[in-house]
Amino acid sequence: MNEIAPVLIDGIIYSAWLFIAAVGLTLIYGVMKILNVTHASFYALGAYAGASLTGAWLARGYPPVLSYAVLLGAAALVTLVLAPAMERGLLRFMYAKDEVVILLITYALFLILEDVIKLIWGVNPYYVAEPYALLGSFEAGGLTYPTYNLILVGLALVIGGGLTWMLRATRFGKLLLTVIHDPEMSRAMGVNVGRYYLVTFTFGSFLAALGGSFTAPTVSVVPGLGVDVIVLSFAVVVIGGMGSVTGAALGAAIVGLVRSISVHYVPQVELFVIYFVMAMVLAFRPRGLFSLAEPRRI
Amino acid sequence: MQGLKQLALAGIAASVLAPIGAPAQGTVKVGIVAFISGPAAAPFGVPAKNAADFVIDELNAGKAPKPYNRIGFGGSKIETVIVDEAGTATTQVTEFRNLVQRHNVDLVIGYISSGNCLAIAPVAEELKKFTNFFDCGTPRIFEDGEYKYVFRTSPTATMDSVGAALYVKIKKPGLKSIAGLNQNYAWGQDSWSDFELSMKQMVPGIQTKTVQMPKLFAGQYNAEISALLGAGADVIHSSFWDGDLEALMLQGGPRGLFNKSTGVLTTGETIMHKLAAQIPDGTVLGARGPFGPYAPDNAYNRWFAKGYEARFQAPPNYASYQMAQAILGVKTAWEKALAANGGKAPTNEQLGAALEHMTFEGPGGTVRMAIGKGHQAIMETAYGMTKRVGGKITIVNIQRYPAELVNPPDGVKSADWIKNSFRK
Repeated sequence: MNEIAPVLIDGIIYSAWLFIAAVGLTLIYGVMKILNVTHASFYALGAYAGASLTGAWLARGYPPVLSYAVLLGAAALVTLVLAPAMERGLLRFMYAKDEVVILLITYALFLILEDVIKLIWGVNPYYVAEPYALLGSFEAGGLTYPTYNLILVGLALVIGGGLTWMLRATRFGKLLLTVIHDPEMSRAMGVNVGRYYLVTFTFGSFLAALGGSFTAPTVSVVPGLGVDVIVLSFAVVVIGGMGSVTGAALGAAIVGLVRSISVHYVPQVELFVIYFVMAMVLAFRPRGLFSLAEPRRI
Repeated sequence: MQGLKQLALAGIAASVLAPIGAPAQGTVKVGIVAFISGPAAAPFGVPAKNAADFVIDELNAGKAPKPYNRIGFGGSKIETVIVDEAGTATTQVTEFRNLVQRHNVDLVIGYISSGNCLAIAPVAEELKKFTNFFDCGTPRIFEDGEYKYVFRTSPTATMDSVGAALYVKIKKPGLKSIAGLNQNYAWGQDSWSDFELSMKQMVPGIQTKTVQMPKLFAGQYNAEISALLGAGADVIHSSFWDGDLEALMLQGGPRGLFNKSTGVLTTGETIMHKLAAQIPDGTVLGARGPFGPYAPDNAYNRWFAKGYEARFQAPPNYASYQMAQAILGVKTAWEKALAANGGKAPTNEQLGAALEHMTFEGPGGTVRMAIGKGHQAIMETAYGMTKRVGGKITIVNIQRYPAELVNPPDGVKSADWIKNSFRK
C-alpha cells in the first residue's frame, strides 16, 4: 500500500493540475470550434499576474491566507482585461472562416502576447512561494505533501462539477448546448449566439488564467511558461475527445496516472508514455474517448 | 598630384588585398548568442549577455586590467550582434547562418544549451567561422568530433560531475546509495552518467536507487520528488538548470527533499541568492568551475565582479563568468594572431591557430586549452556546502580540485577515462 499510495496521489495531483489547465481549451473548442492557442498566453498571464499581485499583497503585510483570493482575482483581472476585447475585437469577425485560419490567428495572438508579457514583466523570474507552504503538509504513503496540492484537487473538482451542473441543470447551459449542436438553428430560434461565444471564450480563458495563477506558487514564472502546458493540454483534450468536459477529466486522469506510474516504476519511458497513450487512443478512437456526436447535415 | 594618385591606388590595393576580418583600427563584429527569452534567460542568458555588455564596453574603453587593457581586440573596437538562443536547434542553425552570411560577423561567441552546441559545431565548420562556445557542457562535442573552427573556453560537464563525486565521497563518508534527477537531453544524460560512473569507481558496491530524467522545462516534479523521497538515497545528484532548477527547489523545499538526502546541485550557484530560503544547510552547490563564490581573488575577478555588480545591481553568476572568460580568451588569441600577422587583422584560421593550446587568465583563474586537440578548456574546480549564517546563505567546506584530477587527458573520452584510469 505504501508503494501504491504515492503513485496514486502524484497521479491525482498531476491530473488535477492538468484538468484545470486544459478544460478551458476543450470548452472553447466545444462551443466555438476554435483551437485556441492563446490558451497558453492566458495561462502565462495568469501566472505572471498571480505572482506579481500575490507578491505585492504579501509584501504589504496583508493576511497571507487571503493570498489564495488574490490568485483568483489575478486570473479574473487578466481575463476581463483581455478576453472580451480579443473575442469582440477580432475573433468574432473570423467565425465564418475555416478552422485552420482561426487557429493561425490565435497562434499569431499567442506570439504577440508572448512579447507583451516580456514588455510588461521582463525576462527575470517571478516567485511567490508562500502560498505553497502556507497551509503546511500532510503525510500519505510515508511521504510529505504540501496541503496546497489539495487546493488544486478541490479546484479541479469544483470546476468539473460546476461545468457539468451548469451544462445539464441551468437554462444557460441548455441554451449553450443548443449553440454547440447547431448555432444556425439557435440563431433562428432567437438565441443570442454571439453572447454565448463571448461568455464561453471569456470563461474558457479565465480557466486557463486560473491554472496559471494557481501554478505560480510552485514554479519560477518565466517567459515561455505556457508553451509546454498547451502541448500537454492538447494531448489531454485529444485523448478525452475535443469539446467534452467529461473527456477532458478522463484524459487528464489517464495522463496523470500513466505519467505517475512511469515515473515511479519505469522512469526511462516517462518522456514518451503520454504521447504513446495519445497515439493508442487515436488509433482506436480517432475522435477521442468522449467525442461529441456530429450531426450530419443534408 | 602624382603622389595623391599613388596614395589613392595604394589605398584601393590595400583594401582589396586585406585579409578577412576588420583592419586593426576598424571594428570587429562579434555575434553573441545566449537565451534572451524563455526559462533559461533569467538564470543564464541575461547574466551572460550582461557580462558581454560589461566586458566589451570595458575593453572598448581600454579599462580592463593588464594585459587586457588594449582597446577592443588589438586596437579595433568590438561591435556586437546579439541573437536570442531560444527556440529549437534548427532555429539556432538558421540564426547562426544569418549571423555569418547576412550580418557578416567576424566570429561568434555563444550557446548555453548543449543541444544547440552539438547542432552548431558542424555548421560552424562548414561555414569556416570561428566559434567559441562559452557555456554548454556536454563533452561529446570534442570527444565525438574534430573541429578546426570550433572552441570552448569553459570546462565540460565531466569536470562538474567528477568534482561533485570527489567532494561527496570525502564529505559523506560511508555513503551507500545515490539517485539522480537530470533533464532528458545531452547535458542531463552526460552529467548523470559521469557522476554515476565516478561514484561507482570510488565506492565499489554503491547502489543507484532511482534515475529520473524528465523532459527539459517540464515544470511539475511532484511525482519525481515522491520517487526520490521514496528511494531514500544518501545523495541526490541533479544537473537541473534554469527554471527547472528553480521549480524543483520550490516544489522540493516544502517536502524536505534535500533534508532527507544530501542534494548535489552542480549548477546550484545560480539560485543560491534567489531561492536561499528553499536550500537547506548541507546542500552541495557547484558553479561549473571556479566561478562566483569559488572564484579566486585575482585582479581580473576584482575588476569583473565589482564592475558587474555596480552596473547590474546583482553579483555575476557562473554564466557571467564564463562569458567574460570566453571574450578574454578570444581577445588574447586575436592579439596573438594579430602580432603574428604583422599587425593585420587575423583570418579565422589564424585566430583558431592562436587559441589552440593557449593558456590565459580570467576572473575564474587559469584557463588552459588543453584537451580536444587544444580546442577544449580545462580549469580547476571547486565545490562547497551551504550554511545559513545570520539568515544569509554562505558556502563552507570549500574544496578545490586541480584541473588534471577532474578532467580526462587529451584524446581520451570522459567515460573511458572514468572507467579505466580515474582514481585507480
